[in-house]
Amino acid sequence: MAISIKVNGQEHTYDGDPSIPVLWYVRDVLDMHGTKFGCGTGQCGACTVHVDGKATRGCLLSLESVAGKEITTIEGLDPNGNHPVQKAWRAHNVPQCGYCQAGQIMSAASLLADNPKASGEQIEQQMAGNICRCGCYQRIQAAVESAASEMEG
Amino acid sequence: MYRHIEQAIEAELNGEPAAADSLPLATGFIEKVSRRKFLKISGGSAAMALAMQIVPGSALAYDPYPTGAEGMPHKTVIDPQVFVAIDADGTVTLTTHRSEMGTGARTSVPLALADEMEADWSRVKLRQAEGDEPKYGNQDTDGSRSLRHYLQPMRQMGASVRLMLEQAAAQKWGVDVSLVKAENHEVHMKDGSKSIGFGEVAADAMAMELPAFEDLTFKTDDEFRYLGKGEVPMYDLHDITTGKARYGADITLDGMKFAAVARPGVVGAKVISVDDTEAMKIPGVERIVKIAGSMPPAKFAPLGGVAVVANNTWAAIKGRDALKIEWSDSPHSTFNTAAYADEMRATAKKPGKVLRKVGDPDAAFANAKRVFSQEYYQPHMQHAQMEPLVAVADYKEGKLDIWAPVQSPYGARTDTAAALGMDPKDVRVEVSLLGGGFGRKSKCDYVIEAALVSKEIGAPVKLQWTREDDVRGGFYHTTSVERLEAALDSNDKVVGWRHRSVSPTLFSLFVEDPGHTSALEGGMGLVDTPIGVENLVAESGEAKAHTRVGWFRSVSNIPRAWGVQSFIAELAHDLGRDPKDMLIELIGPDRKIDPVAADMKDLWNYGEPYEEFPNDTARLRGVIELAAKKAGWGKDLPKGEALGIAAHRSFVTYVATVVRVKVDDNGNVSIPETHMAVDCGFCGNPERVASQMEGAAVMGMTLAMHSSINHENGAVTNSNFHDYPVVRINSYPKQVHTHIVEHPFSVHATGIGEPGVPPFAPALANAIFAATGKRYRDLPFGENVG
Ligand code: FES
Ligand code: FES
Repeated sequence: MAISIKVNGQEHTYDGDPSIPVLWYVRDVLDMHGTKFGCGTGQCGACTVHVDGKATRGCLLSLESVAGKEITTIEGLDPNGNHPVQKAWRAHNVPQCGYCQAGQIMSAASLLADNPKASGEQIEQQMAGNICRCGCYQRIQAAVESAASEMEG
Repeated sequence: MYRHIEQAIEAELNGEPAAADSLPLATGFIEKVSRRKFLKISGGSAAMALAMQIVPGSALAYDPYPTGAEGMPHKTVIDPQVFVAIDADGTVTLTTHRSEMGTGARTSVPLALADEMEADWSRVKLRQAEGDEPKYGNQDTDGSRSLRHYLQPMRQMGASVRLMLEQAAAQKWGVDVSLVKAENHEVHMKDGSKSIGFGEVAADAMAMELPAFEDLTFKTDDEFRYLGKGEVPMYDLHDITTGKARYGADITLDGMKFAAVARPGVVGAKVISVDDTEAMKIPGVERIVKIAGSMPPAKFAPLGGVAVVANNTWAAIKGRDALKIEWSDSPHSTFNTAAYADEMRATAKKPGKVLRKVGDPDAAFANAKRVFSQEYYQPHMQHAQMEPLVAVADYKEGKLDIWAPVQSPYGARTDTAAALGMDPKDVRVEVSLLGGGFGRKSKCDYVIEAALVSKEIGAPVKLQWTREDDVRGGFYHTTSVERLEAALDSNDKVVGWRHRSVSPTLFSLFVEDPGHTSALEGGMGLVDTPIGVENLVAESGEAKAHTRVGWFRSVSNIPRAWGVQSFIAELAHDLGRDPKDMLIELIGPDRKIDPVAADMKDLWNYGEPYEEFPNDTARLRGVIELAAKKAGWGKDLPKGEALGIAAHRSFVTYVATVVRVKVDDNGNVSIPETHMAVDCGFCGNPERVASQMEGAAVMGMTLAMHSSINHENGAVTNSNFHDYPVVRINSYPKQVHTHIVEHPFSVHATGIGEPGVPPFAPALANAIFAATGKRYRDLPFGENVG
């Protein structure tokens, strides 16, 4: 039976293997490459997407388990790429190689949507699921904090 | 490093100490070469190529200097027709020929050209060069060389195009060129009467004959618009934040298949039999392809195994996991990490092969009042770059197209061509962004695999490694035991110094294992030590590789700095001295080390001419004092907190690091503050230097506390981030402050991708000792010292 799913506001149906993870579905089937593969085991956060607005690891999430739900990927976070988190990322020159950053941004956006007043410690805790091997953490932390104050303000 | 290494091997094995032809610049001090000789730049199209020469009386804002670029394969190409295109609408397209893996090289290198030509960066577009060194010059993006080697060629091309634009405008206006001046994407009459956009004169300008070098003018430092300012963000910044940036796996071709490969656990093991019954049942799996294996020395040849081809990546991985393969034995299946470490420690206690000797160290040790000695261990490590290896290949009718994240696009092109028995002319390599590289993506086994599979199935293929594949199929950073000994006289003066390194060499990838650290690796903190003790010996103990040893960011500087900088702090403690004072005292008086007098005539100087890039102990002392001052060395700190210091010259850059640790009552270590002082000569992009230092601190902390690749019966037992952990945002070193020693352009720019890493681990261990009295000599030591 075909699975129906909404990705960035667009309806799709898929009749392949229903156990395919959302990561590989958006990458290989929908040809949307912003969501990245880092570990495949839920440990790095590179594949983070929003499911009904909540940050979720796309690599462990089977398509059938999110049938009928709304998926947002980095491409759909903001129509112009100007979500406060994206703007803060640019203002702080966060990325090095950049590979982890879509996942970082999706995690941060979800965190701040839930808790725009997140403290430094809460940011650390909630962003700890996203690895950056290049080591941009100092700037990630600063960017999340400044996005938080913009969203609050 | 990679193709430079091959040259180095050739030189070393042929017993050409001065490496007169193959390594002319590694040892520039041997032969007093004129600058002019080095500055003959080889060109792509001979007619268009410029030769950079020092012409008396030319209006140069700086004195051109030779670099190791001319010792690299394919050297540099200085040809604006290759690197610069200007559209009628004024859009300037610059070709950027270095790979981007996070250092900012893809932006910073062409930025120098744009600055010198007075282009407005907001109207510049970048075009990533395909792998073609005869056309672009050397493209090996490693060894912290991009700015070191390309600042001057970029400036020269920028100055040429600026003059051509001025000439075209002057011609159009019928005035002498001396009356016009290019400024911020326009050419003006100096009297302000007219101006014209670059685009409007572009066609005429680019058809001009290339100006002679002596007609060029260069900006003075205060005229730079971008260089040295750090105000231009990475070119890909916006795309990275919106998911549009393209990495290795982010391309789709018509009819493309997806593949994952089952590789042997032990290097050299071969497929005896494969049962694909279960794999073929996975929906989406289409077929399997065998890939021939290799036994080192085999350079970057694939490990071999069985590829599963499917219609999506997930199916390929599941199919791969479902294969049942019987593997042959391998001579390397006896390799066990713990036993090997014991062997290295035993070797480190015995006399080794002498690589450098000053004074009479044997007598100094024989006559010493006492000898202070320690050993420091570092296991194999793996790059764990965020983007697992991946490549897309399309073999069709004798032609091969590749899209891949590679540090050495031309190396990947020629190696893949060789593996498929093709002429490199028939192979094209397009370079995506790299999701981290750290040296792993200099080695193109993953590209060769994709090409072999594409050829076999007759369709384009995207071949994806999983994280587990990446951790287990690595080219591992060498493991080592560094033994340090100090001979003390009756006044506790250090009168003898011995550094013995036992560490399998990365040369074993290329040639039959020589069993000793190479000259190249010896030049990374062993032979080139700045320690000024009058009787000194550097030795190598024998160690043979049992896995594929390859370079990792900073290479042998990591174990060498770990050993030397820990030892100095230990010695200081033993003698009741301040570790920073002891470090400065052991380095000795300010001097440019005379390599001949210091018995370092075969020194590897990162491929740079020694006279231009000498080992200058004043600059090393400078960064030590700067970092110490900024960190408040000597100040009182709350209970459980302390500072540790370490300094190291690598890739001809000097870095000193002061780490402040905080150890709580349960023994948990955190790092509230770090100060890193960097002397990289003229600093092209201070913002990216700071970013590299922050990243180096995180990587340094990771390797100090967590990184160990463990082998059991020849196979790596680690698999993913749970057992090969890296530092996360809940524990990273907070407040990394980067202090850059300011220099004018005349102080040669050096690299920044690697030099931040080596001093971090010893500075951290020294700080932990100062806080707790607990001394760590084996990496990794974990994050709890309780
Ligand atoms: S790829 Fe999903 S968490 Fe790493
Ligand atoms: S920027 Fe490279 S992994 Fe985060």
